[in-house]
This record gives sequence, structure tokens and C-alpha cells, in this order.
Amino acid sequence: MLLGFVIVFQIAKASEYVAILRGEEKTRNESNRINAFLLLAFLILGLIGVWYCNERLKGKILGEAASDHGERIDSMLYITIAVTGVVFLITQILLFWFSYKYQAREERKAYFFPHDNRLEIIWTVIPAIVLTVLVGFGLYYWFQITGEAPRNAMVVEVTGKQFNWEFRYPGKDGVLGKKYFKKVDEANNNPLGQIWEDPANHDDIYTTLEMHAVVNKPLKLVINAKDVIHDVGLAHFRMKMDAVPGIPTTMWFTPKFTTRQMREKYGPDFNYEISCDQMCGKGHFSMRGVIVVESQAEYNVWLASKKPKYLEAMAAQGSITPAAVPAKDSIGGVSATGTSMRN
Amino acid sequence: MNHDTNHNVQSEVHVTHDGHHVEHNGNGHGNGHDHHHKESFITKYVFSQDHKMIARQFLITGMMWAVVGGLFSVLFRLQLGYPEETFPILETFFGDYAKGGQIQPEFYYALVTMHGTVLVFFVLTGGLSGTFANLLIPLQLGARDMASPFLNMLSYWFFFLASVIMFSSLFVQTGPASGGWTSYAPLSALGQASEGSKIGMDLWIVSMAMFVVSSLLGGLNYITTILNMRTKGMSMTRMPLTMWAIFFTAILGVLSFPVLLSGFILLLFDRNLGTSFYLSDIVVNGEILPNEGGSAILYQHLFWFLGHPEVYIIILPAMGLVSEVMSVNARKPIFGYMAMVGSLFAITILAFLVWAHHMFVTGLNPFLGAVFVLLTLLIAIPSAIKVFNWITTLWRGNLRFTPGMLFAIGFVSMFISGGLTGIFLGNSTIDIHLHDTKFVVAHFHIVMGVSAFFGMFAGVYHWFPKMYGRFLNNTLGYIHFWVTLIGAYLIFWPMHYEGLAGVPRRYLDLRLWTSFNQFTDLNKMITVVSIIVFAVQLMFLFNFFYSIFKGRKVRSTNPWGSNTLEWSTPINPGHGNWPGDIPEVHRWAYDYSKDGRDHIPQTEPVNPAETKH
Repeated sequence: MLLGFVIVFQIAKASEYVAILRGEEKTRNESNRINAFLLLAFLILGLIGVWYCNERLKGKILGEAASDHGERIDSMLYITIAVTGVVFLITQILLFWFSYKYQAREERKAYFFPHDNRLEIIWTVIPAIVLTVLVGFGLYYWFQITGEAPRNAMVVEVTGKQFNWEFRYPGKDGVLGKKYFKKVDEANNNPLGQIWEDPANHDDIYTTLEMHAVVNKPLKLVINAKDVIHDVGLAHFRMKMDAVPGIPTTMWFTPKFTTRQMREKYGPDFNYEISCDQMCGKGHFSMRGVIVVESQAEYNVWLASKKPKYLEAMAAQGSITPAAVPAKDSIGGVSATGTSMRN
Repeated sequence: MNHDTNHNVQSEVHVTHDGHHVEHNGNGHGNGHDHHHKESFITKYVFSQDHKMIARQFLITGMMWAVVGGLFSVLFRLQLGYPEETFPILETFFGDYAKGGQIQPEFYYALVTMHGTVLVFFVLTGGLSGTFANLLIPLQLGARDMASPFLNMLSYWFFFLASVIMFSSLFVQTGPASGGWTSYAPLSALGQASEGSKIGMDLWIVSMAMFVVSSLLGGLNYITTILNMRTKGMSMTRMPLTMWAIFFTAILGVLSFPVLLSGFILLLFDRNLGTSFYLSDIVVNGEILPNEGGSAILYQHLFWFLGHPEVYIIILPAMGLVSEVMSVNARKPIFGYMAMVGSLFAITILAFLVWAHHMFVTGLNPFLGAVFVLLTLLIAIPSAIKVFNWITTLWRGNLRFTPGMLFAIGFVSMFISGGLTGIFLGNSTIDIHLHDTKFVVAHFHIVMGVSAFFGMFAGVYHWFPKMYGRFLNNTLGYIHFWVTLIGAYLIFWPMHYEGLAGVPRRYLDLRLWTSFNQFTDLNKMITVVSIIVFAVQLMFLFNFFYSIFKGRKVRSTNPWGSNTLEWSTPINPGHGNWPGDIPEVHRWAYDYSKDGRDHIPQTEPVNPAETKH
């Protein structure tokens, strides 16, 4: 590379001497012509490149949105692509075409054209109208997506911590029991800090890494974080919400396809993945969870197989005296999946 | 009539200023225009109060940082492009950070964080504003120096101090800050949560505080100088657009940097004094923290209240430089001067009202989100005006493709591409899907990273003759431009697709994921191209330093045929800029190709027969 550089430099230097010998004027005209041509070539090849890039990659971005909100987001996306695409083509073509067309020539005089109020009003008003339309559509969808979840929505609590996800289901009573972060006690079966005195906690189901949801049933997530900010990113559903310690957030959507249906479409490896989308420390890139979307019947069977954390905690307390010190090792470090991949 | 009295007052200010100046230097030169100082090496090159020297100091310091920041990006690109490969040489240089020749996660995040911090603040704020505000304000306004050359010197030395602290943080045992350039709390507040949040974070905060001081000293000086020290006849509306851009940039900085500083101070308190501004309900690494009642989101509000104006602090000076370079080399007035000023003003106002568009998915009240959508997309209007005006400036021009001009055209192209993707992200509905994905990375790199660099390069190529009395090598300049333009598009254009697929930012290894692992080839390509582009920047640096000493000499005072005042100074202006009286200004800066004349300098009195405009 160094050699290449030396060669380039020698040529560059030589061209400077040549310029002096041949007359700077002449060299300047020549390099002006070359660059004008290159600008035009760049425009044409660039537009072909944009098309080629799209051909190569359009199959690799996600398929059909897997939630009702995702559909809205996709339609907003396509409206915006169409509008900005037109503007992109017009402005880039004019920019490079003018650059080529009006390259310096001996005989040409530049046109003294300092301003034109009519033109300026046109290109103030047109963008304003176009943007009003985009804002209008955007907010129409935005309020649908961020509005209240339907009453029949199933609720799941998601908690992010370095570097995995924990889930809690309200159980038969449909209510998530109260919790307090100072009650967190990993060693004694209370990873979320549930307050056992609250009876609503007695049937709450706790899982980690994998979450279950029912197809075509609105799903409302109540999102927490234990340590730093995380983010529940659901690319296939096109949904995303930060998990903030101390400030619970919510989002809801209705999954349209079961995991099985998606596997039929996109291959056996398909999973609805939960990615952490907010920088949360060294294991951020490996903070992965999975959502299994299934039929109500399958979900019921799965839920019935789970024992509430409360029962485990009480059973453990019966035999051992409660330990006051939380065990540090069980909570820290990169998640198991993360470390195994790195090593 | 009023105008005249004003100018008289201003001339008096010059005199007083010169008087002060003499006191500072204490070497008894009789008046401001006598530039035969007996300067020692220290006062001329190190603790210089000459705005032109300070500009060079900012530029060269910025370049050093650009090499560091660029090198970091090459390192983490290696990991992104080749996650399965090992590079034993990395272990040689970085030891345990690259154990077994693989970049470790903590190292990766430290690289990403420092890349962002260094380029956003040290290169594109300090390096860009510091260089061109200092160089051009006195020269283009017709002043002998800044309002306060001493504060100006301090501004550089606080920047230097900030640089030293930031650089030293790279060498502490637990590593530099690694929570991203935004350093969101609580990650940045808790040493237990990340190695980078230990001493490295404190150094980062202190360094940034010094940087804020530097920016404020600089900014206040720029505003004061622009308002008070314009030469006779230089009304605000006769200023070149560079001046307007720098003026608004300085206002943005002065009003928003203090908010950032307050945010950092609270963070420092949370880290070291046990306060709970940003902390509540935290169980970290098995340890239950006592803090309750703080808000992690508060930090984001304070951060983005600067953080968003910051992107305009970066892009406005570039816009100013591009407007000037483009007009000169199109041999045409900039189209719609007043619209250009008006749109700069609109951007400045709106810049303060859009910060929460970075926070659509933090749990922000959806109604508030809607307000920020509206205000954010409004920015597209002044931006569109600027783009159309630049394009119209080219229309029926007589374009000379100097390297500076090419970079100016490249700037507009990049600004269009990156600006349009801003319309995606500013719309909260789409942002739900694209937030914190590679789409965002592609967007802001194009619109403020590459664009701002293009503006800066346009400025460097254009004003290098003024700074050093020599030209940069053109051939190397052309290679630099074409490789950078094509390379930048190759790197960032396809990256949008990764974002559309939902690939999150700041993921160093996508092999774990079934949804995101389809871009292996693309990531390799991007890495290869970024190495090439980085190499070409090194070539530019070589051209820069080589040309300072060996470049083709400038033989006329006004090599570009420009109207502005800086080209009425001698080829190598001394401290004080003009050997005689400061020239008087009679017209705006853009009388190119008017009435059959190629250009009419600002110093030329208006002929009654001239066309009005």
C-alpha cells in the first residue's frame, strides 16, 4: 500500500510540474473537463448502483410485518420511501447534471441570478405541503399504535437486566402482583422482587429467555429494567420500547402469525427474536430473547406446565432459613449464549 | 445617516481593541497594523493570540483526533466485517483488549464510544468551528483580530486540555468510557455495570467539561466579534454566508452547551457523591442500590438539549463554507442570499425544539412525541430551501472544479441523501422500527459525519492558500475527493438496508441472531471500503503537511478571484491582517459575473450605473 502511495504521490507531483510547463490555464481546463465528466459518470453509475443495491438487498430485509402495528409502520415507511425517492432523484439528477452542463468554458459567462422570490416561494411551499401530508399520516398511525391497549389484551411483564430477559405472566387472576426492587433476592427464588404478601403474586409465572404469546390476541408488554436502560426490540413485529430502571413503560400489538407459520415461510431456523436495542454494556450484542407465538390451546398447555415462583420460594423457605445476602455470581456476567459464542 | 454613525462607533471599537492588544503583547508596537512583532517561538506558535495561528492549531489538533477517531472505526469495522477471523497483530498492540487477536466486547464498545466522542466533539466541533471561525471571522469581516484574542487563546488551550484528558483516558487500566458517545445514565453512572463506567467515565466527563469551556469561550468571542467588529460598510446583510453560519453556530453552542454541562455535573454527582438524579430502582450485578426517585430519562433530556443542536453546530459551519466556495467557483452569486440566511435562522430556532425526537421510544408521552414529530419535520423545509438554492447557484454558472468546489458539490449530494432519511426517522411511527438500528448509523454518518467532513474539506482546500501561502496538490485532491465520495456512499448507502432489517446498532457479532445474520458479505465489503477511505484520508494528511512546506506557492493575493475581504490581505498576512488601514466595504460579497465583470470585490464602491438587485 505504501508503494502504491509513493507512486500516486510521484504522479501527483509530476502533474504539477507538467501544469507549469504546459501552462496552468490549459491544465486547469483539462482537469475541469475530466471532473465534469466524472460527475456525470458518478450520477449515472450511482443511480445504477442504487438500483443494484436494492436488487441485492431487498430480499434480505424483513418480510411481511408480523403484527397489526407493524403493517401500519410498513405502510408509513413505503409512503415515505416513495416521496423521498422522488425528491432524491430530482435533486441528485439536477445537482450533477448542472455540474456537468455548466462546467467552465471560455466562451461562457455565468448568469447573474441573485434571487427570485417566486421560485423561492415555490420551493418553500411545496416541501411544506408534502411534509404536512407525511406528518398527518405519521401521527394518524402513531396515535393508533401508542393508544390504549384493548381490554382483552393479555399482559406480560418484561424485565431487562445485564444481559438477558425475564418474563412474568399474571396467572389465573390476570393481575401482576406488586413488587419492590429492594425485595430482589436471586438466591431465594425472587429475581424480580415480588412482594409475597400480595396475593396477586401467588399465581404469577416467571420465565426467562423465552416468552410465549397467543396469535391474533392483543399482547400488552409492561416493560422494566433492573440495572441500566435496555430496549425490547421486536424487529418482526416492527415494535420497540425502552426498558428504563425505575420507570415502567408499555407497548402493545397483535401478533398475526404463529412461530410455526413463520417457519413454514422463512425456514426452520426462524424465531421471533427480542433484541436489546439500547446500549447496555459489554453483553449488549448478545442480549437475546425469543417470543414463541402459538395458538391459545398451545399457550394454555404451556402455561399449565409452569409453577408459580411463589410456590418455589415458599418450598425453599420451608427447608432453609432465608439468606440475607444475594448471591453475586448468579446474576452477573454475560449470558450463557453470549459467552459460548465468543469463546 | 444612522448607518454612518454606527460605523464610526465601530471604527472606534477597533482602535480600543488595538490598544488592548498592544497591552497584552507588551512589545510596544504603535498601532494595530504594524505587524513587525518581535515574537518568540512561544508567543508565535504556542501561546499565540493571533486568530490565524489559533485556527491552524485547532485544525491540526482536529486532524490528529480525526486520525485517532478514524483508526478506531477501522478497528471496530474489522470486528464487524470479520467476526470469525483472528488478527494476532491486534493482540500485539492491544494485549488483553484483543485477546487471541479478537476484539473483546469491552474494547469494541470503548472504540465505538471514543470514535463518536472524538469525531463529534473534537473533530467536527472543535476542529471545524475552531478552525474556520477563527480563521475567517476577522479576515472576512475586516477586523484585526478577535474581540478578545486572549480568550481566544484560552479557548484553544482548554480544547487542548480536554484533548489531553480524553487521550489519557485511553490508557487507564479499566479502559476509556464505553457507554456510547451519548453516555446514557445509569450505564454511565454505575461502575458496577461496565468497566468503561469506572475511572474512564470520570475522565470523559471532566474532559467534556473542559471542552464545553473551550466552546463557550470560543463561541462568545465569535458572537462578540461578529456583532461589534465588522469593518466600515460591513452591515450584517453584507456578510458572506460563512459569517452568518458561524454566527448562528456560536449562538447554538452558547445556549445549549451549558445544559449539557449541567447534565454532566449531575452525572458526576451521581457517580461520586451518592446523589440520585438519574438513579432509581436499581439492582446491578446482584447489588441493590439505595437510590430512589431519580429519572434515567432526565439525563437524556439534558443530553439531547445539547445533543441535537450539536448536529447543527456541526453542519451549519459546513453549510456556510460550502455556500461561499460554491459561489466563488460557480462565478455566480449564491442564489437567494436572504433565504439562505433565513433558513439558517429557522434551523437555529428549530434546533432547540426537536431534541426529544431522539426519545420517541423511551416511554415519552405520545402526545409530546407528536409535537416533536411536527417540529422535527419542519426542519426539512429550511433544509430543502438551502438545497434548492445551492442547485440553482450551479444553474447557468461557469463552474471551476477545484477540489474545494468538488467537495462542495459532494456536500450537497450527501446532505440530500442524509437529509431525506431524516424524514424517516423524524416520523415517530417509522422511528419505532428504525430507532437504534443501523439505519440511524447510516443516516447520521451521511448527513452530519460525511457532509460535515465534505464542508470542512471544501474549506481546507479553498482557504489553504490563505493559511499557508501555498496550494494543496490538486491531483491528490481529486483522488481524495473521488475515493471519499464513492467510498462514503458504498459504506453508508447499503447500511440503510441493515437498518430496515432491524439490525441494532452497537452489535459486534451478528452470528448469534437468526434475524440479523444475513449481511455477512455486505459487512465485509463495508469494512474493506472503510479501510481504503481511511487510507485516502491519510494521503490527504500527507498532502496537507507536505504542501505546507513544499506546495506550489501562491503568487497573487486573490488566486480564486474572490470578492471577500480575506483575499485583500497580503499573501502571508501578519498579526493584524492588513498592513495599512482596514478596507472599507461597499457591497455584498456575491457580485460575481455582474454587468459583464467577472467579480467585483466588496471593497469596490458601487457605481451608480450598476444593476440593482
